[in-house]
Amino acid sequence: MWNLVRKRLQTAVVTRSAVELFDQSASFGADRQSPLDDLLMRFNRLAVTSFGGAVHVRHVDAGSCNACEWELNAILNPVYDISRMRIDFVASPRHADLLTVTGGVTRNLLEALRKTYEATAFPKAIVAIGGCAIGEGLLRKNYAQEGGIAPFVPIHVKVPGCPPRPKDIMEGLLLAMERLNNEVEHNGS
Amino acid sequence: MTLMISEMEIERNQLPAECLRLVEAGYRLLTMVGTDEREEIGHYVLRYYFANDRASNVTLLTVKMPANDPTYPSVTAVMPAADWYEREVYDLLGIEPLSHPNLHPLVLHGQRLAVYPLRRDYPVDQSLPEVVREVEEPNLADGQFIVPVGPIHAGIIEPGHFRFLVEGERIESLTAQLFYTHRGIEKSAEGMQVEEAMALVEQTCGVCSVSHALAYAHAIEALANMTIPVQAKWTRTLLGELERLYNHVGDVGNLCAGIGFSFGTMQAGRLKEQLQQLNDDVTGHRYLRGAVVVGGVSKAISMALLERIRMAVSSVLQELGEVASVILSHEIVCDRFASAGILERAVVERFGAVGPAARASGVERDVRVNFPYDGYGDLEFSVPTFQAGDVMARLQQRIAEVNETGKLIETIIKNLTVFVTKTNQTLVTPLRPLLEGSYTIGMSESARGENVHFVMVGKHQTIRRLRIRSASYANWPIVPFAVLGNVIPDFPLINKSFELCYACCDR
Ligand code: SF4
Repeated sequence: MWNLVRKRLQTAVVTRSAVELFDQSASFGADRQSPLDDLLMRFNRLAVTSFGGAVHVRHVDAGSCNACEWELNAILNPVYDISRMRIDFVASPRHADLLTVTGGVTRNLLEALRKTYEATAFPKAIVAIGGCAIGEGLLRKNYAQEGGIAPFVPIHVKVPGCPPRPKDIMEGLLLAMERLNNEVEHNGS
Repeated sequence: MTLMISEMEIERNQLPAECLRLVEAGYRLLTMVGTDEREEIGHYVLRYYFANDRASNVTLLTVKMPANDPTYPSVTAVMPAADWYEREVYDLLGIEPLSHPNLHPLVLHGQRLAVYPLRRDYPVDQSLPEVVREVEEPNLADGQFIVPVGPIHAGIIEPGHFRFLVEGERIESLTAQLFYTHRGIEKSAEGMQVEEAMALVEQTCGVCSVSHALAYAHAIEALANMTIPVQAKWTRTLLGELERLYNHVGDVGNLCAGIGFSFGTMQAGRLKEQLQQLNDDVTGHRYLRGAVVVGGVSKAISMALLERIRMAVSSVLQELGEVASVILSHEIVCDRFASAGILERAVVERFGAVGPAARASGVERDVRVNFPYDGYGDLEFSVPTFQAGDVMARLQQRIAEVNETGKLIETIIKNLTVFVTKTNQTLVTPLRPLLEGSYTIGMSESARGENVHFVMVGKHQTIRRLRIRSASYANWPIVPFAVLGNVIPDFPLINKSFELCYACCDR
């Protein structure tokens, strides 16, 4: 048991120097993303704004293959630990500032997506996660699904990938937060 | 190994009697596929595949129905496992099961439509009218309530709608409405080149990509009557086990999340992440996509990577052992897990449930043993089983399987090292021409159980019909039986103990 507690503490340490963690895999498509120490700095910069840099996110599965869901779950694990960026996933759209949407909107889920969007309070932003939601997935429009969320809800941030890696999702959330922050600073509330 | 399939064509009125005969002879329904073959032979065709696990053989019943009268007698009454298949075929192809006990729409929600999207004359990109939902007024006794949940749930999970009928705390019955994520993959696959369709098949399910790819590849390879290079065979086996490993480790954490036991959730989450980073290093994809191709594998695993896999797997296994011992000796965990969500062996047999869920109820059923594929025929291994059938048994089942997987990976790596030193490595056997109109099934064992893919080939090596039956499709109908008599707060836990996927059930 103590052995495990020690390990958990060590894991947390690794987590804090996220820069290091991200650097390891930076060789992978490094050109696709901004340097990640920059990412952390941007998260921190948001914290001192009037917006406070904290968001509540509601997730909607609009017909994904489940891999995008698991990557969203992965950013909550102790390695990425998104809670330390003041991001929390909530159980109701009424509590949320941000919606993350995956999947290409199936016929059976269209109503659920619309209702969730309507139930979210302004100012709100939508992060489309994965090729399916963005409308560039392999699966095209057919009788059962629409091949993208764009016709039904606005997309503010696109996170491409099939599925996108956890750190790409983190960056997507950050962009959405910055957007919300701008909105708040310009329009008040 | 290619499957031996004995085929029998029967008249439609013989169907119930024939099904009953097979069930009594120890067969279970593997899959049932409807096809629209009006263009070729002027008929709709239904194919019922049955498996006998002990004898390792598969029997196929074929029934033809004329285009102007697509009806047949329902077999759901004699074989409850056929329920969903018959409803799905009615929804999508308009082939009607006569005197079916509960012919509500399954796959296409809302009003019953008079158009059938899987018929071949239905254009691929034509939309259906929007869903109109009607809520039926429930017929409740005094003191009974209906608790509706979903389709969008509180956590980051997939959509499904559940209605619990409760009296006090006890769940009296559960109605699950699924198929929210029905994406029409099978329709989109029609007309694709068989090799191209692999990418689509992998997207059936996020976390069983390898096993779906394998089942599909097995079907095509059986049709082309080809064998794959030995190195590819072992690489596939390795990928299959890596997939099982990260899924089972993740599921241990998910089970803990079901009762809010964060210690287990976080520890297993950390280990799963390590395994997924390993996946990323091995194949360039955290969910191992793109590695299995028709005829072999797309990439060889280098010596350095094999070593990396060996190290990572053994350290994860050791840590999982420590974590598991804490979880299993935790008083609250034991209290909540033991005797929650008991799945009776009889239910498993009646519905033909598969995978760890079936094995935790004492039914030995594993494609790797019963119908060995790729490297499994040459491997010595045992598949653990448990008897209790409760949440605890399913947790222990996963932990035991993880340990078995660890040993398998060890052996597979040994077998693979022989090849990586060679310079001329062949990884893919080129696809041979496929006979138009030929069809067969392919199988594989995913972390959730048996996948069965039916493939029928059309002109110029394209797909005429693809039917994906995932483990979740076979197991979802048994979940309502396991929750009976439990309390609602235990439902998330019981549900997670089956860890069924909605996406690959709904397709
Ligand atoms: S983008 Fe890819 S991973 Fe995400 S839901 Fe679509 S198919 Fe699945």
